[in-house]
Amino acid sequence: MSEELSDEVKALESMIGEEYKYGFTTDVEYEEFPKGISEEIVRELSARKNEPEWMTDFRVKAYHAWKEMEEPNWFNATYKSPDFENLLYYSAPKKKPQLDSMDDVDPNIRETYEKLGIPLEEQKMLAGVAVDAVFDSVSIFTSFKEKLAEAGVIFCSMSEAIQEHPELVKKYLASVVPVRDNFYSALNSAVFSDGSFCFIPKGVACPMELSTYFRINNMESGQFERTLIVAEEGASVSYLEGCTAPMYDENQLHAAVVELVALDDADIKYSTIQNWYSGDENGRGGIYNFVTKRGICKGRNSKISWTQLETGSAVTLKYPSVILQGDNSIGEFYSVAVTTKMQQADTGTKMIHLGKNTKSTIISKGISAGKSNNSYRGEVKIGKKAHGSKNYSVCDSMLIGQECGAHTFPYISSENPTSSVEHEATTSRVGEEQIFYLMQRGISEQDAISMIINGFVKDVLKELPLEFAVEANKLLDVKLEGSVG
Amino acid sequence: MLEIKNLHAVVEGEDIEILKGVNLKVNAGEIHAIMGPNGSGKSTLSKVVSGHPEYEVTEGQILFEGEDITELDADERAHLGLFLAFQYPVEVPGITNKTLLREAYNTIARANEREELDPLEFEDYLESKLDVIEMKDEFLSRSINTGFSGGEKKKNEIFQMAVLDPKLSFLDETDSGLDIDALKIVSDGVNKIAGPEKAMVLITHYQRLLNYIKPDFVHIMMGGKIIKTGDFSLAEQLEAHGYDELQKEFSLNGAQ
Ligand SMILES: Nc1ncnc2c1ncn2[C@@H]1O[C@H](COP(=O)(O)OP(=O)(O)OP(=O)(O)O)[C@@H](O)[C@H]1O
Ligand SMILES: [Mg+2]
Repeated sequence: MSEELSDEVKALESMIGEEYKYGFTTDVEYEEFPKGISEEIVRELSARKNEPEWMTDFRVKAYHAWKEMEEPNWFNATYKSPDFENLLYYSAPKKKPQLDSMDDVDPNIRETYEKLGIPLEEQKMLAGVAVDAVFDSVSIFTSFKEKLAEAGVIFCSMSEAIQEHPELVKKYLASVVPVRDNFYSALNSAVFSDGSFCFIPKGVACPMELSTYFRINNMESGQFERTLIVAEEGASVSYLEGCTAPMYDENQLHAAVVELVALDDADIKYSTIQNWYSGDENGRGGIYNFVTKRGICKGRNSKISWTQLETGSAVTLKYPSVILQGDNSIGEFYSVAVTTKMQQADTGTKMIHLGKNTKSTIISKGISAGKSNNSYRGEVKIGKKAHGSKNYSVCDSMLIGQECGAHTFPYISSENPTSSVEHEATTSRVGEEQIFYLMQRGISEQDAISMIINGFVKDVLKELPLEFAVEANKLLDVKLEGSVG
Repeated sequence: MLEIKNLHAVVEGEDIEILKGVNLKVNAGEIHAIMGPNGSGKSTLSKVVSGHPEYEVTEGQILFEGEDITELDADERAHLGLFLAFQYPVEVPGITNKTLLREAYNTIARANEREELDPLEFEDYLESKLDVIEMKDEFLSRSINTGFSGGEKKKNEIFQMAVLDPKLSFLDETDSGLDIDALKIVSDGVNKIAGPEKAMVLITHYQRLLNYIKPDFVHIMMGGKIIKTGDFSLAEQLEAHGYDELQKEFSLNGAQ
């Protein structure tokens, strides 16, 4: 095979590695806040946010727990450790947003969201989608709050939830991801700035899609958001997060924690379109995306489904997981991870089967191009009491060019003989032969490539909420097939 | 319709010359057969004519309806009406046959300023073509060639040919891997598609196919060249005596 990349491969790479469109910065005046981390800083942060004492205590405890923990390094990725002492842990625009009134949002920030295609005025929004916009450390605006409240749904920023719904927050915060779960969850618990809170009461099907749009703007700040979604008995909700960041030469840290709780017969669908800045050709800059996402199917017949389209970040370490505690509960993980240039992604899922007749499905599709490295790490654990449980995993990798890597690390353990685990894995290369075959039929090179990639990721993208499937496809720059074939 | 003049081709970026001066002329209404031992360059010829990027033309020309297409991309050649039924059809998971064919059909239609078909019209059109080679319609909604048996892949190539309705088709060993009944069905289909405005080049190892599809010319390819051209009797001669004799004859001629 010749060293030179063929035109097809180059076209493919340029298409996937298309110029990052969201790399602009917004000029905002920030509140002054000292850099670095200490108990004082954590207390100061809590004070700035006017938090009740229980919250301050939670943070301070978490800070001390974190201090004792070691930064993990078991990933299939190499990077420079974040300089925790030099980070800015709180970054809020000076103009205090009044969360109920659009007029008080800094016009520059409003414009930022317009540019990102997320207008904050409700009348301009996608009908049927409520948005919480998080800018650096704070939630700027949450739309359709009243309308959701009529249905009994609480959708607000985490800061607001701490003030307005302390009982709920106390009950569920860190109930799925304990503070000491890992290094980054402890750090997040100490310094989390904001995030979204969703509570769907008993029997309510949330009347619209909920979504949060995360934007890191400040070069020196880390983003530590915290999201908590609770669906009570028989409730259901579909939630989507999107993320972008400006292009900086320095790496920025994003260490979020997301917790999902599904009670009896509840159904939570959580989708992510992650498009953080991924650094340049030489691996300079880009976001470190070190995120802990976990859901618990606490009740019988409950269901949690993670769908993710991961295209950005310099380094991604992320394993959205489901604990299947309730009998007959269902966990799903659908993932497309695209890496190009020097990106590194180590992502996958954990399915922990505890209850009887629990089922999990994992479909992971990795596309690697350039000099990137894409690893799938999946753990399936079937506990002693999980009689009749089933897991089905498919893990496919597609390689583009000769310099990238794809790796699969399945970890399977079953303590129950009546359960079954099925794992399939394939690796393929986008072949010149496939492209030629389609071109011979009259299809242009670009379309041929789109079709091949689209075909590869189809099983995952069809899990995204309809409203966002378009965005997802645009993101992959893949032409959607005309109608269902 | 097709004129190949002194065509030399190498593997892109390497020095291996595979086609060493091929000459071939195909007129509308004609059926040609190319036979030749393994590795003689038959498939390479069909791929170079269809614009495979793996090969580079170092000398000579390919003319299609008088136009020099040597530098055109594969899709542009397809738009002109060139089709290749692959010796080894490629699997493309996740895209259905139907989607491929609709995209392909409409892209070609657009390039030729013909009217495109909407999904419903296209559905009817497809149905009408299924009969040509007795193809089951479940194949339409399956991913391209994915999990197809060897013979099914070959049939699928001819089905695609029927749908795209090209002017000139290269059929690269379409008969290999077909059972006797399938060979008959596919041959009948090919005969139905053939006509005074169309031309076909059949690449085959077996005279058997040529009993079903009668060629006007038979060419023998060896060492990257067409060394002999004749009529149907050449295929019979080959079947009886093998390539050795021809090789000798060619060496003698070559020495003159
Ligand atoms: N990409 C390539 N790299 C190196 N050699 C090649 C390449 N493509 C073709 N060849 C060589 O060129 C020669 C002709 O191959 P080709 O596939 O055209 O033969 P063929 O006549 O179709 O044979 P068969 O009857 O076995 O199908 C073979 O020796 C083959 O190995
Ligand atoms: Mg061949």
